[in-house]
Amino acid sequence: MPAPMTNLLLFLEAPALLVQVLLDGILIGAIYALAAYGMALVWGVMNIVNVVQGELVILGGYLAIMFSGLGVSAFLTVPLAAAALFALGWVMYAGVVFRVTGKDMFVSLLATFGLSILIAQLINQIWGADVRSLDAELGSWLILDSVVTISRARVAALAAALVLGAALVVFLRTSRLGRAIRATAQNARAARALGVDTDWVYAATYAINGAICGAAGALIAMIWVIHPFAGLVFTIRAFAIVILAGLGNLALVIAAALGLGAAENFVGFVLGAQFQGAFVFSLLVAILVWRSRRLARSRKVLR
Amino acid sequence: MSARRWALHGALALLTAAAPFLLPALAVQLAMLWIMVTLALTWDTLGGQMGYNSFGNILFFGIGMYASAIVQVGLFHDVAAYTDPAGSGSLTFTPREYYLGLAAGLLAAPIAATLAALAFGALILGLRGPYFAIATLGLGIAGGEFAAAWGYVGGASGFLMPVFPGEFGRRALFFYALAASLGIATFAALRWLYGRRFGLALNAIRDDEDKAEALGLPTVRVKIAAWAVSAFFLGLAGAIFGNLNGLIEPREVAFSGATFGVWMVLMAILGGKGTMWGPVVGAVVFHVTKELFWTYLLGWQRVALGVLIVVIVLFFPLGILGHARRRWPETFRARVEGAA
Repeated sequence: MPAPMTNLLLFLEAPALLVQVLLDGILIGAIYALAAYGMALVWGVMNIVNVVQGELVILGGYLAIMFSGLGVSAFLTVPLAAAALFALGWVMYAGVVFRVTGKDMFVSLLATFGLSILIAQLINQIWGADVRSLDAELGSWLILDSVVTISRARVAALAAALVLGAALVVFLRTSRLGRAIRATAQNARAARALGVDTDWVYAATYAINGAICGAAGALIAMIWVIHPFAGLVFTIRAFAIVILAGLGNLALVIAAALGLGAAENFVGFVLGAQFQGAFVFSLLVAILVWRSRRLARSRKVLR
Repeated sequence: MSARRWALHGALALLTAAAPFLLPALAVQLAMLWIMVTLALTWDTLGGQMGYNSFGNILFFGIGMYASAIVQVGLFHDVAAYTDPAGSGSLTFTPREYYLGLAAGLLAAPIAATLAALAFGALILGLRGPYFAIATLGLGIAGGEFAAAWGYVGGASGFLMPVFPGEFGRRALFFYALAASLGIATFAALRWLYGRRFGLALNAIRDDEDKAEALGLPTVRVKIAAWAVSAFFLGLAGAIFGNLNGLIEPREVAFSGATFGVWMVLMAILGGKGTMWGPVVGAVVFHVTKELFWTYLLGWQRVALGVLIVVIVLFFPLGILGHARRRWPETFRARVEGAA
């Protein structure tokens, strides 16, 4: 019998295993939601598809591991990585991204693609190609007659992701900068005419996205493993979630992300973890094709 | 064509034919240069002429490489037995088998790559700009993962190509001739295509896809055809490079997104995307500087690659040829009139 079949039958014999696999996936999915929300923010406000998104997440993970190596407690590494990547995001905007905002998307795609190569190879050069992770040393709970283990770090990561997401929504709704960001997203020219410094708003948006990625990366390092070239799949995940959920709806983003996490973990278990990346990629193509076919019926295109 | 143009082309042809004899030690490097020229030219079909970023064209390079390998070996031996690490080395090829297999492989590679482009193109070329770009991002990776998991073609340990039946110096010349023919054929074919309605259709899609469609252009079909054309030559390039390299490794050679996959983008935009000679110039400049300086960068070369792309996109978007055309318009305009 081929291995995928035996793996599937395993679920029949031990349903608790299915609970385990799906639960693990859902807990990771919350972090996908963070990366996807950041991507949607940059896309919606600046009209840039940030190809470097995944690499920023991975960089956040490596920074968290570095801080932890300096003696910082695991949970403090999350805000530290976020702060570091907030700064980096600002620098990236001031150095590179501001030159491509407002230009054709062809240009911004190429520029962020170049940045993604740059950061991935930089990580590879500095920290090496080995797989790394950060042990938060929280242990785990055992449920369902001790068959299912729930890593406490994963639950904490889920909670952190939800708190972060909620904080972001409140920030965008109520704060002055948040209102400026939303105004710029709606109509940059009008916002400028009404006295919003859109250049500053763009910089802040890109930096905030950096901070989100940094936090997401630190959480990923705690509950999973990272390596220098894992960023690409995160970019694809974030993109898939965004086009499924749209640019503005956080609840839908979270739902899509949790679903993706569960589906991915399920497929990874049944087919083998080496096919997880290929699955995410095929899923993206499937979503894209499905959406464009639906739009094509009314003679519209995805844009 | 003017007399000056004829003289220029004649000189280039002479240089091409004489190069491996003048620099016999560099014949393999020169063959690589032609492969690079082909990669840059084929990326430019979508990236330059049609205005579509494809970050996954390396897929067709890898598919061509593996298709050729499977045919070359499969005609005479059982492929699974050949790639089995326990039994490798016992199966050999006579010179006749080698050349026959290579010919069949060079036939199969472009067919397989073109079919793949048609299939993937039909799937995702209904999409535009960023959607297409991100969808291609994973293509090369997925190809590499798949090849690495496929035991029939040797899996992650790779595929050892049949050995060239002849002395070493002749091998380099042989592959130089193959690669040079491919580069020239690609250039000639693309130039012919760009000069026809097809080229105008590509440019129309780049300039305004909605208008092109409103004017009755079957844009999706044109886009798929363009991708298939570039995949055809990429497949051939892969087949030749696989034989030249001797070992096909799934992630680092065949579906090598971090090297060839990025280089083709860089070369095309460095030379000037959307121009005929730009990718050629970009490939020559990049390959020569790469060979001269690469080893001195001590591992930082791949980092430098990312920096280069960003710098070119930001500060030198027209590329070498586009810049030259803007700087000395008379020179180029005179040439365009001469060709008409």
